[in-house]
Amino acid sequence: METFIFFLFGIAAVVAALAVVTLRNPVHSALALVGAFFSLAALYVTLGAPFIAAMQVIIYAGAVMVLFLFVVMLLRLNEPQRWDALSPLRVGLGFAAAGAVLVVALAVVRQTLITPEPMNPELSKVAAVGEALFRRFLLPFEIVSVLLLGAIIGAVALVKRSEGEPSGSPHLGASAEPSGEERP
Amino acid sequence: MTPNLNWYLALSGVLFAVGVAGVLTRRNALVIFMSIELMLNAANLTLVAYGRYLSDLSGQVFVFMAMAVAAAEVAVGLAVIVVLFRHHRTVDVNRVNLMKW
Repeated sequence: METFIFFLFGIAAVVAALAVVTLRNPVHSALALVGAFFSLAALYVTLGAPFIAAMQVIIYAGAVMVLFLFVVMLLRLNEPQRWDALSPLRVGLGFAAAGAVLVVALAVVRQTLITPEPMNPELSKVAAVGEALFRRFLLPFEIVSVLLLGAIIGAVALVKRSEGEPSGSPHLGASAEPSGEERP
Repeated sequence: MTPNLNWYLALSGVLFAVGVAGVLTRRNALVIFMSIELMLNAANLTLVAYGRYLSDLSGQVFVFMAMAVAAAEVAVGLAVIVVLFRHHRTVDVNRVNLMKW
């Protein structure tokens, strides 16, 4: 049963990942990535980390991908772009490099020898993670909050238009004239 | 045959390699960014797998921190892409070549 669950969500994650990389339309890639995140959340549950699974869905599928889709729609990139067409040479080289990475990773995997232990159910509880975060890892926890503050400030500072810069929505090829004449 | 650590590590390696292929192959900056997120998730899977098989809670805490960092990185990275688009009117990374020789 555990093997079936592992292969079910593992293959789903790999198929979704390949879809992210190969689909032409960025919106389709984003939706495939959401599928990959959900498959990974299921795998986290099988690894006895339900808190991390919930965080995966909330943070990644719920916030990060929403941000991505905001930007895709804001920049009007919701159609396949002609300049993103792939030549066989680029695809071949890209996947050859990825294959090299995979070979190295699998070589490391073969070396790993850990005596199989049954899962410790105490470590699956959210209370255990909370206790670790607020006792042993309190300093990193607080520093992460400062990091998030810095990211918010940085994102706003980057996107803010300075005085005198022309404003207007960043449409691709949008004209500046009002289209009042065309209305009946 | 129950899944053991090596299976999860192999799956993580495959996901990471697919992310690498995405970063190297695509020209759309947003899809490259999505592939980077895929690589981050592969690393998170490795961490959680080790945490389970070594019975250590540090794996989950590390993943928590990594998720927070990834969320911050996505916010700032998307801001960069939006500003890039404002300037170049495209997210094609081959066209963003002002700093090339």
